[in-house]
Amino acid sequence: MALARIQVPKEAKRGELVEVRIVIQHPMETGFRRDADGKRVARNAIHSLACRYNGAEVFRATLSTGIAANPFLRFFLRAGESGDLDFWWLDDDENEGTARARLVVV
Amino acid sequence: MKRRGFLAVSLLMVPLRGQTQANAHVSTTDPLVVAITKGKDVIPGKVKLELPALAVNGHSVAMTVKVDSPMTGAEHVRAVHLISEKNPVREMATFYLGPHSGRAEVGSRIRLNGTQRMTAIAELSDGTFWSDQVAVEVREAACTDGG
Repeated sequence: MALARIQVPKEAKRGELVEVRIVIQHPMETGFRRDADGKRVARNAIHSLACRYNGAEVFRATLSTGIAANPFLRFFLRAGESGDLDFWWLDDDENEGTARARLVVV
Repeated sequence: MKRRGFLAVSLLMVPLRGQTQANAHVSTTDPLVVAITKGKDVIPGKVKLELPALAVNGHSVAMTVKVDSPMTGAEHVRAVHLISEKNPVREMATFYLGPHSGRAEVGSRIRLNGTQRMTAIAELSDGTFWSDQVAVEVREAACTDGG
């Protein structure tokens, strides 16, 4: 259901610093908003996110409704071996999301 | 005359004190801060929280937090906590880093419910806490009024 876009450099040298960016399509509903009928829209935000690189966790975040809709995150990691960046996240409705990007190390 | 002089001086001090508090140091008695630091001191410095001085609306404001650290196994940043002064949910985000991060820098886009001071607290591998505080003026608040 959830869509995400991950940006990593096309190639990286071993030991180089790599900037990873991710945007996830998610409303990050605050629970304060009212719909057209005046009813409260239930809170639903991504509260946990993690990124694994070749199976090892390299980044983790706990988020709240203080993060803008369609959450964007940017962080760094040091390139080791070529491999996958596996993102995983969970929102208040217990909906899990995953996304994967390939990091090529030359 | 002495009393009058004293009053005049104390009145002059009032606006001065107000100004120095604009970017005052993070409160260590704040329950949210205590929950993070477990009562340890928070030292200003090492952390750089980058936010615009003025945001036209608070729905999506670019934020970058950097910590001055070599990010080695012996000396690195464990976590960066982001705390809002006036949002209904004050505990905005926590980012967990480590030596594999290489650089202690995280960026995101945040919601701001009005003009306020934003605080970033970094937890280092040696168990110390460092912070930075930035004032942001928000013309149209997010969160509670419709957005």
